[in-house]
Amino acid sequence: MARLHSREELEQLRREILARRDPGQRCIATCAGTGCLAGGAADVVEAFRRELAARGLTDKIALRGTGCHGFCEKGPIVVVDPEEIGYLQVTPADVPEIVERTVLGGEVIDRLLYVDPQTGGKTVREPDIPFYKHQQRLVFGANRKLDPRRIEDYLALGGYRALVTALFERTPEQVIDEVKASKLRGRGGAGFPTGVKWELTRRAAGEPKYVVVNCDEGDPGAYMDRSLMEGNPHAVLEGLLIGAYAIGAHEGYFYVRQEYPLAVENLGIALRQAEELGLLGKNILGSGFDFTARVHRGAGAFVCGEETALLLSLEGRPGEPRPRPPYPAIQGLWGKPTNINNVETWANIPRILNDGAAKFAAIGTAESKGTKIFSLVGKICNTGLVEVPMGIPLRDVVYKIGGGIPGGKKFKAMQTGGPSGGCIPEARLDLPVGFDELTRAGSMMGSGGMIVMDEDTCMVDVARYFVEFLTEESCGKCVPCREGLRQMHRILTRITRGEGREGDLEALEQIAETAVEASLCALGKTAPNPFLSTLRYFRDEYEAHIREKRCPALSCKALIRTWIDPEKCRACMLCLKKCPTGAIDGGKQRIHVIDQAKCTNCGTCFEVCPTKFGAVRKLSGVPVPPPIPEERRTVARARKQDE
Amino acid sequence: MSDVPLRIDGQDVTVPEGATVLEAARSAGVEIPTLCHHDRLAPYGGCRVCVVETEFRGAWRLVAACVHPVEPGMIVRTRSEKIDRIRRSVLELLLARAPESAKLQDLARRYGARRDRFAPDASFCIHCGLCVRYCAEIKGKFAVGFVDRGIHKEIAFVPEIAARECRDCKECFELCPTSYLQAAFVLAESFAFPPPGERSGAPGPAASSGETR
Repeated sequence: MARLHSREELEQLRREILARRDPGQRCIATCAGTGCLAGGAADVVEAFRRELAARGLTDKIALRGTGCHGFCEKGPIVVVDPEEIGYLQVTPADVPEIVERTVLGGEVIDRLLYVDPQTGGKTVREPDIPFYKHQQRLVFGANRKLDPRRIEDYLALGGYRALVTALFERTPEQVIDEVKASKLRGRGGAGFPTGVKWELTRRAAGEPKYVVVNCDEGDPGAYMDRSLMEGNPHAVLEGLLIGAYAIGAHEGYFYVRQEYPLAVENLGIALRQAEELGLLGKNILGSGFDFTARVHRGAGAFVCGEETALLLSLEGRPGEPRPRPPYPAIQGLWGKPTNINNVETWANIPRILNDGAAKFAAIGTAESKGTKIFSLVGKICNTGLVEVPMGIPLRDVVYKIGGGIPGGKKFKAMQTGGPSGGCIPEARLDLPVGFDELTRAGSMMGSGGMIVMDEDTCMVDVARYFVEFLTEESCGKCVPCREGLRQMHRILTRITRGEGREGDLEALEQIAETAVEASLCALGKTAPNPFLSTLRYFRDEYEAHIREKRCPALSCKALIRTWIDPEKCRACMLCLKKCPTGAIDGGKQRIHVIDQAKCTNCGTCFEVCPTKFGAVRKLSGVPVPPPIPEERRTVARARKQDE
Repeated sequence: MSDVPLRIDGQDVTVPEGATVLEAARSAGVEIPTLCHHDRLAPYGGCRVCVVETEFRGAWRLVAACVHPVEPGMIVRTRSEKIDRIRRSVLELLLARAPESAKLQDLARRYGARRDRFAPDASFCIHCGLCVRYCAEIKGKFAVGFVDRGIHKEIAFVPEIAARECRDCKECFELCPTSYLQAAFVLAESFAFPPPGERSGAPGPAASSGETR
């Protein structure tokens, strides 16, 4: 494509692209995000390509690999446009039928539709699936409509119009005012007002100034930044360009973790295409504004998501946080004023310029505006990425969008904010989602992880797990974080092993206060949250572990015994055959008994025992009943015959 | 550079712009304990034993004096129940690592820190980084550095550099607040360079002291 020299040439190109497109044209859109690709989406796309070629339809039917749609639980996802018929868990074997019946015949294939697990009802159109219906996908929605490797797709959706508005119709100060008026707060976790940050960087003394995209997403289970970066890289780039213009920066960096190869690849393609069109480089669209952007691959340290550590890593130094102040806005990359924002923050910018700050600020709570993308994972029916308006109650996210807890289990807690976030209990589920609301409840927004836990989850073990993650990911520079987490992890591990003692909770609280108050960076300051929030809402579980050596969730292996209820056992031999340690004694028509000395509490017998019997039980805090006498071990049915 | 007025423990102090709270306190004769600080090295902010409270919008907040820059009109207090409690806690965490360090024991007495508050995990290194930073910033040799991160973080000499540079330097030894470095280096040296006549199988602490020094 030829380089564009003016806004008029950009609009001309957009008109040409749109003129070539028929909105009623059939298009097969397959999700080509990392989740669906792992599920085999590449084979599905290839099967479509071959099927269309074999039928001579290559020119008539459009085939598109799109960004992540979000409903990763049910991937690979295929949507047939223009009707938006949504097919889930599609395999290459389904492809000929989809082409024959749906693409050519206009028929819906029932078995590939979404089935409501409660009612059994089916949903034809993708947007009508309950998972999507209750979302407000203002940032993430475009993923589904475009091929991230084709800038034409982004332009067809109105892409780079916001950049034109900024460059030709607004002064940098006006852009900053607009972003300030939108009350957009940073999506990376801390929630600092974006417009204020931009203004600080713009006014800071020193040249050159830098802008940076933080795509060092490190929370276990969280992947919204990855899906935006790989699914719609031009939206992030457009936001960055607008920010750079407002701040007065001519150089920018994308810091993307190496573990996100598709994001790195798609971003690289996007940058090359933007450069070809003159949307990057010297004198962008003839506006006189110059900007270059580079991609830096991070080596995968969680702590590099912290802005000062990220900037040092970008300079080629060890990724360890340094004290603030000075803040990066004053002294950042190479000591120069630097504005660093999260992927999702940048991706919100074009929308604010296009729709106006008022429209953005109309969504949300008093202090948290707009929408937020969360990654909803754990013990939840509909795993995936969800974009919801700020202020939505957590309950709606869990039940309306997430579809509740699988296996008829009870909800216990939702962990928000990543490893150093906190756990919100059932009693607080009506909490509206927002930065300050979550913080007041003892958790945090973080970058948007939501891990759902059911009644089988031990909250002491959850705290131990997250603290363990942080002991590995702490940079180790300051004492409260490094030594505090070491001791915290040690004490929590002891408690889950049934070796807790009086005074442990006080010691943990002492360490927690020290880490919160005296750590160098946000990692250490928030690291005690998993402990503090579980203690706040589930203190009884800690006390049961320490005082009664009992795990109420029947989860901590050292505190449970597995036992077969002789009244319920039907001597079916299933558990006996599967037991990996040969701990189960019994036979056909002879009630099974577990030899407690050999049992490792692996849970295999518990899982294989048929639900209709439910004979295998976990016991905690109570003695295992003595084995029944040998003469009573013949099962009831056989006993009748004997008599 | 203009001067910045501030108040530390009720005393009015004026220091040049860009000074740290620690420098301001010392200029006024107010003592703040430190472990990882050294006047000739860039501020580090690792040990956190120098925490003090500053007033910010009516609320007191904790900052590390060695790295926190002074601000005009700043109000600082260097002792309070909370400050002492945090310092005590930091010392107790460090005593689990280096229970024999005289410097830690001295501070522990002042703040009532218990040696056995936390389970011992003695490595004798408290990761203050003085040796690492001195070698890099003052000597420009980079013979000693940190390896790994989090709770696995340790210091280690780079053999290729240490073999060439360390024998006649050893200036980092006296900086070490736990004597770990000296012990480790001497031990390593005694293994690597046994004096003539010693059997290589029987190195000991005495072996190196009689050597080339």
